[in-house]
Amino acid sequence: MTNNFDSIQSADTIMVIGSNTTEAHPVIGMMIKEQVRKGAKLIVCDPRTIELHELATVKINQRSGSDVALLNGMMNVILAENLHNPKFIEERVEKFEELKATVEKYTPEYVEGITGVPADTIREAARTYAAGPNSALFYTMGITQHTTGTNNVRSCCNLALLCGMMGRPGTGVNPLRGQNNVQGACDMGALPATLPGYLKVGLPAAAEKIEKLWGCKIPEEGKVGLSVVTMMKAAGNGELKALYIMGENPMVTDPNTNHVAHALDTLDFLVVQDIFLTETAERADVVLPAACWPEKTGTYSNTIRAVQLSHKACDSPGEAREDWTIFVELAKRLGHNWDFKSSSEVFDDIARFVPAYAGMSHERLEKGYLQWPCPTPEHPGTPNLHAVQFSRPNGMATFSPCEWAAPHEWPDEEYPFIANTGRNLYHYHSGSMSRRGPSGRYVKGLYIEVNPADAAAMGICEGENVKVESRRGEVTGVARITESVPEKMVFVPFHFGEAPANMLTASVWDPTSETPPFKVSAVKVSKA
Amino acid sequence: MANATINGRSVEFEPGKTILQVARAADIYIPVLCEHPALEIAGACRVCLVEVEKNPKLLTACSTPIMDGMVIETNTEKVRAARKAVIELLLIRHPLECFSCSSNGKCELQAIAYDLGIEKSPFWEEGDTCVEHKLDDSNPFYIRDLNKCILCGRCIRVCDKLSQYHAIDFQQRGIHTAVQPPVGRKLEESDCTFCGQCVAVCPVGALYEKPSVGKGRPWEVETTKTICTYCGVGCELLVEVNKRTGKIANVTSDHTNMNSVNKGRTCVKGRFSWEFVNHPDRLKTPLIKENGEFRKATWDEALDKVAEGLKRNMGKTGFFSSARCTNEENYLMQRFAREVMGTNNIDHCAHL
Repeated sequence: MTNNFDSIQSADTIMVIGSNTTEAHPVIGMMIKEQVRKGAKLIVCDPRTIELHELATVKINQRSGSDVALLNGMMNVILAENLHNPKFIEERVEKFEELKATVEKYTPEYVEGITGVPADTIREAARTYAAGPNSALFYTMGITQHTTGTNNVRSCCNLALLCGMMGRPGTGVNPLRGQNNVQGACDMGALPATLPGYLKVGLPAAAEKIEKLWGCKIPEEGKVGLSVVTMMKAAGNGELKALYIMGENPMVTDPNTNHVAHALDTLDFLVVQDIFLTETAERADVVLPAACWPEKTGTYSNTIRAVQLSHKACDSPGEAREDWTIFVELAKRLGHNWDFKSSSEVFDDIARFVPAYAGMSHERLEKGYLQWPCPTPEHPGTPNLHAVQFSRPNGMATFSPCEWAAPHEWPDEEYPFIANTGRNLYHYHSGSMSRRGPSGRYVKGLYIEVNPADAAAMGICEGENVKVESRRGEVTGVARITESVPEKMVFVPFHFGEAPANMLTASVWDPTSETPPFKVSAVKVSKA
Repeated sequence: MANATINGRSVEFEPGKTILQVARAADIYIPVLCEHPALEIAGACRVCLVEVEKNPKLLTACSTPIMDGMVIETNTEKVRAARKAVIELLLIRHPLECFSCSSNGKCELQAIAYDLGIEKSPFWEEGDTCVEHKLDDSNPFYIRDLNKCILCGRCIRVCDKLSQYHAIDFQQRGIHTAVQPPVGRKLEESDCTFCGQCVAVCPVGALYEKPSVGKGRPWEVETTKTICTYCGVGCELLVEVNKRTGKIANVTSDHTNMNSVNKGRTCVKGRFSWEFVNHPDRLKTPLIKENGEFRKATWDEALDKVAEGLKRNMGKTGFFSSARCTNEENYLMQRFAREVMGTNNIDHCAHL
């Protein structure tokens, strides 16, 4: 997030797009609702009717995969009615003419045809957002998990820049991070294209830094590595021979489960380090038992870039070990004499490598969290980004105008429905943790949300089994008949390994982020 | 700054505060039941009554603004008698089942009664005014024992103001008053999302966590600050571990810590979904697959096997790191991939 949580209390308008906040990020949902009940306006855009729609000033149910058109439509209205912020654009943003040229054709009437949202509602949303004075935009996987995910994000940024909604409390573009350390894993360079601190692997500076601090050459002469989805593809066709998987369960969470199974079974060697024998671990050659959350001391970086120290409260079971100690042991076996004695020493190594973390240490974090960038031990941290300048060489932001493009797959006669996958409040990802406990006793297995009109047409009653089938595979779950899904859409939560929603999803991806399109799969639906 | 005198002590304060806030800052004890620092003032329980010079009546410390020059007494005979009467009245309908109560040792009513030397309510025999409530343990997250409820309203206010659900409120009238979801609905059918914040602020044993029943008494546990393992909000959670068993007894949050990102707020997963930590399915030893079957292995065997498998596939290996692991662990995995294995094939579940 560009802004922090306290910033929500300064927002006059809150726009939520592609985020079922009250289920996926419940505590942020509470903060948003609190601000709306104090009088802030709320714009909610989601193909499903979600809880936040109840409180919304402007309620939008756009068609899945139409977000770029919707956002361009809002920008078209803002420009046509002169509601943009010329001073902010003049001083801080490049490529304004290009943006104007791109959004010109996205009149509300044209956009209505793509999104299914009435032209006047688009106008109202645009006016409400632009009026601010402080408007904060929030999004999650409903924006990113599309083949056009990167363009969806760019369009959110374009909208915020157009209205100057950046750099002040109450504004910002705020992606809500889905897992407790997604932000940190990215910051730490657990990415194929960047070293810790987002240093691009291809730059000379990357090679210099790695040589100086780790005493080794940049891998593959700075060539970008493979991502989660392309590694799985390479494993499937035999180009990748070994996979080391720590704390992930791709058999449930990755697209196209049948393909994942094939890829993992094709490998010469699979090692899985986890806390349970997951669906993925079952296919491994070696399984290493790991310590979990209250059994170790270490840091996590949350969605507001707050680096927080979590303390060990109890011992791990049996011989399970903290993950970092396993890498130290393995490095030694492969001839690298790593000498880390504690996670605090590892953190000091991070602080040497990552400028934004340079001012932090476990000792300092003991006193409270710090939001990066925090470049020196005296620096108080940075609650809100981009207050004075943007992090490009010339300090300016740039518009990235995008054309709307249809998703990779669209309903047709054979597969007339869209399947949308996502989270349920009570469960978490592959369910290996949340299903072993009270949440598992409360929501026991796969349910599928079906619109009442569709249910009636197919003769499906509440609680009966319903089968959803795509070109990749099928799942069967219990029907929940609800108007929260529009006609010709089903919602399939992805927490249930025995009935994985990702049987339906396609292993294609956004060309830039390589994010799979979990929100759109063409399917057929029938009574099971 | 202004000045007042509490129990003969001079105290300085910023105008705009209540008697209770200033007394608390000066470490002067005033008992409370309906008041909670994270919640709006209700002034309902009358336990915080104090004597203020030139005021003929006792005043509630929680809701009375403190004024310059005020002379306040918090523990006189008159004050204690009034408090005693309040507690004795509350005890008419509060079962004295402290032996079996999960709040024994942290119950605020118990502590105040102890302070005032009350054994039981003298009104106990004067006719049965109590309404028998059935124990509500129908959901897997928390149990409601409305017989123990003292109607302080903290749960209602926390649900309304912090959870933003207002799933419960006072229903019925008079001695039939009870905190319930509206129109006789069950909790599961109401707006309740089981975030458990009502449980966190309940001063007695009317609300308690189901997963922690029998796992440890308040004095047996040690509390450690951790960061929640679920979504990216990064809520601070207090993990209570039973010193005797070494296992988690409960997970709570601190609504008075204004320096945490969540300020005590939680959701159902963070607060209640921790049983997996102690689950018998946890992996306890390394496993090596031989002829399609796993067998237990020592760490040395397993690590040798991993090292061998990685060496054999140098240049053709990929790494999946985890957004569920710490920064330190992610950093070392990518450093291992790059420095030891010479590959940039490292990614994690950010997109999933």
